[in-house]
Amino acid sequence: MKKDSKAPVVRFENVGLRYGLGPEVLQDVSFSLTPGSFHFLVGPSGAGKSSLLKLMYLAHKPSRGLINLFDRDIATTPRRDLPALRRQVGVVFQEFRLLKHLSAFDNVALPLRVAGARRDEIDKHVVELLSWVGLKDHLHARPPTLSGGQQQRVAIARAVIAQPKLLLADEPTGNVDDRMAMRLVHLFEELNRLGTTVVIATHNEALVSRLGHPCLQLDQGRLLIRESVAATGPARQLKNALDAAAKGGGKQPAGPTA
Amino acid sequence: MIVRRTDLPLNRDALGRFLPWLIAFMVYLAVMALAGMLLLNQLAGRWDQGIGSTVTVQIPAAADKQQDARHMQAALKVLKDIPQVLFAEAIPESQIATLLEPWLGAIGGSGDLPLPQLIDIELKEGATLDEEAVHRKLSSIVPGVTVDSHGLWLERMVRLIRTVEILSIAVLALIALATVGTVIFTTRTGLAIHQDVIEVLHLIGARDSYVARQFATRALFLGLRGGLIGLFLALPTLWGIGFLVQSLDSSLLPDVSLQPMQWLMLAVVPAAAALIAMLTARITVVRSLAGMI
Ligand SMILES: Nc1ncnc2c1ncn2[C@@H]1O[C@H](COP(=O)(O)OP(=O)(O)O)[C@@H](O)[C@H]1O
Ligand SMILES: [Mg+2]
Repeated sequence: MKKDSKAPVVRFENVGLRYGLGPEVLQDVSFSLTPGSFHFLVGPSGAGKSSLLKLMYLAHKPSRGLINLFDRDIATTPRRDLPALRRQVGVVFQEFRLLKHLSAFDNVALPLRVAGARRDEIDKHVVELLSWVGLKDHLHARPPTLSGGQQQRVAIARAVIAQPKLLLADEPTGNVDDRMAMRLVHLFEELNRLGTTVVIATHNEALVSRLGHPCLQLDQGRLLIRESVAATGPARQLKNALDAAAKGGGKQPAGPTA
Repeated sequence: MIVRRTDLPLNRDALGRFLPWLIAFMVYLAVMALAGMLLLNQLAGRWDQGIGSTVTVQIPAAADKQQDARHMQAALKVLKDIPQVLFAEAIPESQIATLLEPWLGAIGGSGDLPLPQLIDIELKEGATLDEEAVHRKLSSIVPGVTVDSHGLWLERMVRLIRTVEILSIAVLALIALATVGTVIFTTRTGLAIHQDVIEVLHLIGARDSYVARQFATRALFLGLRGGLIGLFLALPTLWGIGFLVQSLDSSLLPDVSLQPMQWLMLAVVPAAAALIAMLTARITVVRSLAGMI
């Protein structure tokens, strides 16, 4: 089966989702993610961010509409083919969902194990990655004995160990301080630079505005796409410069801007 | 491939403690039923061989010893001329007295009491005897003679034993069914308890077979553990019964005991139970998960 390499990683068309007989928590959601893109998924609590991610990592089927993942229509994909698709999606769950009875090592090794990787390969990669996220000394610790930040790094390591094409993170910066949040986002940007398509759900607007990435904005189940809102550093200066130029160029506001 | 390490905390749930004892109980019952069946089978086999191959002719006591001897000679001559007969010989009087001792008391060779005479006939292998014809031929020379081939009585016994055997097989099948039911129930409960972990495994890309293998492996080991407990409880029971039987008057009971091959069959029961548990767990998991997204 020949697939277009430029085809979107994810494509939603008029997707709606309801839980049971409840109201639609997502309505007419349409968007697509090009390979190698980086998006924030923003919106107030209860807007449907987690629900949208769940559709993308195949935890739910939509009530209506079309979802394509890696150019395959989910509705017509047989169940036995879903594991292969899921293995290309790394997920950092909102509450991490680490397996409490397994060590940090075994948690991170899981995606490789279920994919049937060789043991020596698993050992090598897992130790390498856990060292890289600063958990070299906690390989055999069980999640409940780790701090929130450490658990989060285990969760992230588990999400990226199998080098997914699509990385989804649900409020990964939810319970860490700003400095840690920035470090995590930089880690995701690093992976993005290596080609991974990234979507991070967050309601941390400050974080979003400091980084120049397009946003998928959800409001009461409806999706808006905001292109890059603002940027830090040189990009910010450039934007300010452009703004100033625009002001100087004529269409000047009547009064001083607030 | 057998994976001992499990991603599911299966060894921690209460079911892990409950299943081996249930399987131990099932295996105990199965071993007893199977042992009974094997013994009966042996017994029936022995009697089956006996059917038709031995015949007893009884000559009632005549007025005097000379007459008795003449009758005996004539009867033996007739019998030895029948082609199917391998040999025919008179049972000595002393032995007849011994046979009758329980009923008549010690009369050993006193000669006071007129005793019937008996002839033991062994037929050639596979041969059958027309009882009626032999009886007709004999009664013309020896009045009141009876011919008894034991056939009918043995046939009935064997038929009874075969029926009991079929019942034992039914009991074994019921035990296997109960084991399957128990494993289905514990596996379903396990699936419900570990639903969250199973979902994570799925989302990470695990196939149903990966999850099923963990349940199946655990069922195999729990089944084996329970099965061995059951077997080790059943063996002393069997020995105990054997000991009791031997301490009874052994002449009243046929001498049958389990052969090495049959002991081996009993030892296979725990393995069979473990295998049933494993397959049941696997099928249950795969069928339950097929409904998930
Ligand atoms: N499993 C569920 N069953 C029923 N309703 C749900 C479920 N998960 C989420 N919802 C509802 O869907 C809406 C969106 O929730 P969610 O996707 O978690 O939003 P967010 O992640 O943006 O906070 C909320 O109204 C929430 O109550
Ligand atoms: Mg959420």
